[in-house]
Amino acid sequence: MGEHHGPAKGITRWLYSTNHKDIGTLYLWLSLIMFFMGGVYAMCIRLELLQPGIQYFDPSLYNQFITLHGLIMVFGAVMPAFVGLANWMIPMMIGAPDMALPRMNNWSFWILPFAFSMLSLTTLMPGGGPNFGWTFYAPLSTTFAPPSTTFFIFAVHMMGASSIMGAINIIVTILNLRAPGMTLMKMPLFVWTWLITAFLLIAAMPILAGAVTMMLFDIHFGTSFFSAAGGGDPVLFQHVFWFFGHPEVYIIILPAFGVVSQIFPTFSRKPLFGYVSMVYATAAIAILSFIVWAHHMFLVGMPFVGEAFFMYATMLIAIPTGVKVFNWMTTMFKGAITFETPMLFAIGFLVLFTCGGFTGLMLAIGPADFQYHDSYFVVAHFHYVLVPGAIFSAMGATYYWLPKWTGNMYNETLGKVHFWLSFVSINVLFFPQHFLGLAGMPRRIPDYALAFADFNFLSSIGGFVYGASQLIFVYVVIQCIRGGTGKVSEKPWDGAVGLEWTLSSPPPYHSFSTPPDPKLIPDLH
Amino acid sequence: MNLFQNRSLSLPGFFLLLLLSPVTAFADMAMNMPVGVSTISREIYGLHMYILYIVCAIGVVVYGGILYTIIKYRKSNGQEPAHFTHSLKVELLWTAIPTVILIAIAIPATDTLRKIYDSSESDLDIMITGYQWKWKYEYVGEGVSFFSNLKTPLEQTEMGSTIEKNEAYLREVDNPLVIPSDKKVRFLITANDVIHAWWVPDFGVKKDAIPGFINETWVKVEKPGHYTGACAELCGRNHGYMPIEVIVKTPEDYQAWLDSKKQSNQKQAAAAQEAAKKEWTLEDLVAHGEEVYETNCAACHQGNGEGIPGVFPALKGSKIVTQDKKAHINIVLGGKNNMPSFKAMLNDVDIAAVITFERNSWGNNTGEMVSPADIAASK
Amino acid sequence: MSSNYYIPDQSKFPILMSASMFTMLFGFAFVLNSIKGDSLSHISVVAAVLGLLAICSITFLWLRTVVVENIEGHTSAQLQKSFYIGMGWFIFSEVCFFAAFFGSLFYVRVLAVPWLGGEGDRGSSNLLWECFNAAWPLIQTPDPEQFPPMKNEVVDPWGIPFINTLLLVSSSFFIHWAEGAMHKGERQKMILWLVATLAFGFTFLAFQAYEYHHAWTELLLRLHSGIYGSTFYLLTGFHGMHVTLGAIMVSVVFLRTLSGHFSKENEFGFMAASWYWHFVDVVWIGLFIFVYVM
Ligand code: HEA
Ligand code: HEA
Ligand code: CUA
Ligand SMILES: [Cu+2]
Repeated sequence: MGEHHGPAKGITRWLYSTNHKDIGTLYLWLSLIMFFMGGVYAMCIRLELLQPGIQYFDPSLYNQFITLHGLIMVFGAVMPAFVGLANWMIPMMIGAPDMALPRMNNWSFWILPFAFSMLSLTTLMPGGGPNFGWTFYAPLSTTFAPPSTTFFIFAVHMMGASSIMGAINIIVTILNLRAPGMTLMKMPLFVWTWLITAFLLIAAMPILAGAVTMMLFDIHFGTSFFSAAGGGDPVLFQHVFWFFGHPEVYIIILPAFGVVSQIFPTFSRKPLFGYVSMVYATAAIAILSFIVWAHHMFLVGMPFVGEAFFMYATMLIAIPTGVKVFNWMTTMFKGAITFETPMLFAIGFLVLFTCGGFTGLMLAIGPADFQYHDSYFVVAHFHYVLVPGAIFSAMGATYYWLPKWTGNMYNETLGKVHFWLSFVSINVLFFPQHFLGLAGMPRRIPDYALAFADFNFLSSIGGFVYGASQLIFVYVVIQCIRGGTGKVSEKPWDGAVGLEWTLSSPPPYHSFSTPPDPKLIPDLH
Repeated sequence: MNLFQNRSLSLPGFFLLLLLSPVTAFADMAMNMPVGVSTISREIYGLHMYILYIVCAIGVVVYGGILYTIIKYRKSNGQEPAHFTHSLKVELLWTAIPTVILIAIAIPATDTLRKIYDSSESDLDIMITGYQWKWKYEYVGEGVSFFSNLKTPLEQTEMGSTIEKNEAYLREVDNPLVIPSDKKVRFLITANDVIHAWWVPDFGVKKDAIPGFINETWVKVEKPGHYTGACAELCGRNHGYMPIEVIVKTPEDYQAWLDSKKQSNQKQAAAAQEAAKKEWTLEDLVAHGEEVYETNCAACHQGNGEGIPGVFPALKGSKIVTQDKKAHINIVLGGKNNMPSFKAMLNDVDIAAVITFERNSWGNNTGEMVSPADIAASK
Repeated sequence: MSSNYYIPDQSKFPILMSASMFTMLFGFAFVLNSIKGDSLSHISVVAAVLGLLAICSITFLWLRTVVVENIEGHTSAQLQKSFYIGMGWFIFSEVCFFAAFFGSLFYVRVLAVPWLGGEGDRGSSNLLWECFNAAWPLIQTPDPEQFPPMKNEVVDPWGIPFINTLLLVSSSFFIHWAEGAMHKGERQKMILWLVATLAFGFTFLAFQAYEYHHAWTELLLRLHSGIYGSTFYLLTGFHGMHVTLGAIMVSVVFLRTLSGHFSKENEFGFMAASWYWHFVDVVWIGLFIFVYVM
């Protein structure tokens, strides 16, 4: 029972936890470790691409690097980062004592380290780890895959189980544990985006489980889902995968939208502009995300109507996303802006995510995608939305809430250095990739023609600088946990509103053991 | 220009270059989509530039707005925050304007899409089959077909190679595809093993090659020339090493080429029969076998015959290669697991040569010779 | 309200459960790979079995803890509501899992198989499979050497499958009536209806097992009989697994009813099993229509 008001002593605090903050912390550390692991793969990729020719890694090893880089960044770094933030912040934002189902919460977390161990162990097996790209298209991932694929499949099953349970927990918490007076339309936008993301997760992850299950049967039991010789179709795999895969990219970005929707009002000292339209836009994006999947498959030979339909549906997503972008701009408009590190990351997010969105719209144009598809132009697009999109947002969130979590202020100067180094180097890293793609460089190749040498060199240099800059982040976080630049009050940001800022910094072990005074709940629109 | 190729370039020097880059280094580098040489490629290019300008224009508005806001409304300017929270009017406005823009994009896009999809009434059909890792071109109804392999020698592509590379690096093949200009050429694209994608940017043609299915696309090239492309779908270890070379000839030259190709095919077949009858020495077979090996086998079993542990079996020291001759011949002829059958891809002399080469290289000192007659007998 | 929301103490179950999942799947993966020729080590079989046993025991202990907490009175109305919402979304996720297979079935039937047979947009694919004619159920596969055909005879939907439909649909009513009895506090009736539900459920499974046997041995319908066998076995197989799980849940509920656990105010365990049972019923109706009849 909740009689003990402090954490347990020693390691069991973490192993057996039922506390949303401890579990949130576990998620966040896992995410950081995975970000570095995925980052090491990324550095190997950039190292090999520094110059034409094969310098360090055999092509088959390179293929494993890109696969694991993609998988680990998406499933290991970004998703746990936002689940960690949800764990920490949602109960505090809605005035709840904890997550609704605390034991299941811990289960969702602990599956992940085991799943990623399983995934990592594949690299030591004969034949090497998964080498078919993070999209694992059949039959490269079935008939032609290394034996370790069975382990890869089970690792994906485990990640899926973890995500579904985590999402159920979040939905239940939001729907059932809001403090009296916290109506749905008073919830902070971060909570709203997570509510919708959780729905996407519950709908999309089982589809992924279905896809890998069919793979498993094709590999081991002679079924022919993805083999034309038995009446199946390799393209069927892509349909199933992307029916999961496209919602997945919004699973990644919606919580990021939520985070910046918290940060912009705080540092503009002005309420979020268009709260209601933000909620509707988020819901619109979520719904649309289920009817656009085949924009990843413009080249598979879909019938003309299919091609046209998916092109139009995809273009539509620009509208609600645009609403969000304009709302954020207007939130800052006529505010009184200051530029602490979280705000810098949020502005960086706004600028660069929009750039990634623009290229997304270009990719959505079917005929044009006939040239862009599977070229570095796509790589540039999705890194713009993923790195300065999702990662910037997660890092901004960390700076934003770190004082709340630890009770200490982080080193602002170092934070700003981290931002500016990241902001500049990320563009050196990914902007030239647009040119490479347009000039005809395919993705997923370890070696390339000489015409692509210069931009690749440039991109790699940017990559190394960006990678090295992330060490600053780790330093700032640890320093802040250890005391930082001094203690902070319950509300370190003068412009911040919301229930989480009414709790002490660091907050009590059980967030709201008694529901907060309804008068404390701010009206957001 | 490959300014950064120079390994001794120092980092400060590099950043200096970076500053100057817009005017110097990148001036003559390809950084945009090629306009290409077919009606479709031109249309796609036009569409691309059209959307690009649109998003740039929107970008100017968005980024301009952000810049203005963060300069004007900073607290350090003494700004007092306003308190408005919403405005239905502007929110509807910035829902409506993008909608209009999108419609303006969708119309020409649909038009181009329709043209790309119309592959009817072709003058010539070519069946393209992707293999790990080469292309096969088959002139439907002409009885002409051949494989197209990477020509860049192994010494340049293998790990740590320091041999000077040239512009053709990873862009050259032994047998380029040849097509006529000004004719509607239809491609029937499929694959033998995994998914590949056939991409020639200058044609505006890219299509997935899916095993068991045929996808159609087409091109009508305006002017003769030499064009290159690459496989654009991850297809295993050597995905980066299956380029495409297309030579476009005038219809007359093309016809001449096709005829001579047919003749030389016959000649080759005759020569192969001749060669099969000839008395081969071990040395000759090994020498010929090495060539065959480099083109057909080295991608998997590697130049040093060591394969890749767990993925591609080693031939060096392998039981089958050093002992059981019969099994060796059968595997090459019939294939095994993911290794294709070479029965139809190579002639008896090539197969005999490559087997002999494998049995007498990398320390496999069987001293045995497999003659073309042995192969014919095993078929 | 939320002041007395029950936050359980630390628990060892989650991490042990995760470790057991890992052990089971790791062992099982080695076992599966041995099918393709890797040598089978006994340790992997042991790991798979131990992992499975551990999962079963932990599930049992975990659920027992929840029941005990319930009996001790920790399960406030608000907590029960959490359970309900959670269960609802869990079933939704299961629906999505089945959607992946139903979607695949529709795709191959409506698009892929006709294409291979020469119809529609990718009809030229038939050049590669000249002897192949599109038909459903797909008896002759495009490459009969690799995927040997089944007998030219399919399971008659109006035989066992139809009986099975009647069984499952009526058992769905039975459990609904059991619920009604529970609300009225009529324990005898409730027990009776639960027994009936279970009896029909297990009969369904027995029929299904018989039919599998028949299809496999006599109709020669195998997993490797091409896409018809693939979709048939995966859809009905996963459904059968879910019915088994549902039957176990109902059995537990039955035993708990015997110990007098449920009441009008405290009925989550019952309702969860009941919802689940309705869910497998609905999935079956989908199967009956799209796999057997059409
Ligand atoms: C966070 C992840 C994320 C996000 C948010 C997006 C957002 C979008 N993506 Fe992206 N995408 C990926 C991650 C993401 N993507 C990944 C990982 C891949 C590659 C997968 C792989 O193959 O490995 C991919 C690939 C991908 C493709 C396939 C390319 C190919 O392989 O050929 C396409 C094609 O349509 C596409 C489109 C879009 C569009 C239209 C959006 C839109 O949501 C963008 C909307 C935003 C804006 C448009 C900007 C703001 C709007 C305004 C300022 C309003 C006014 C603007 C206009 C009217 C234009 N994406
Ligand atoms: C959220 C997801 C995410 C993130 C954050 C990133 C981050 C990065 N990505 Fe990744 N990427 C993907 C998702 C992501 N990527 C996906 C899905 C693919 C497709 C895979 C596929 O094709 O299947 C891909 C593919 C991909 C490619 C294309 C490979 C190919 O097609 O051949 C490249 C190439 O440059 C690349 C580079 C990078 C780099 C340099 C970073 C950097 O931002 C990473 C920076 C982080 C670090 C470097 C770690 C921290 C620092 C250290 C470890 C310290 C030591 C470092 C130094 C001293 C230098 N990525
Ligand atoms: Cu063939 Cu990539
Ligand atoms: Cu997408």
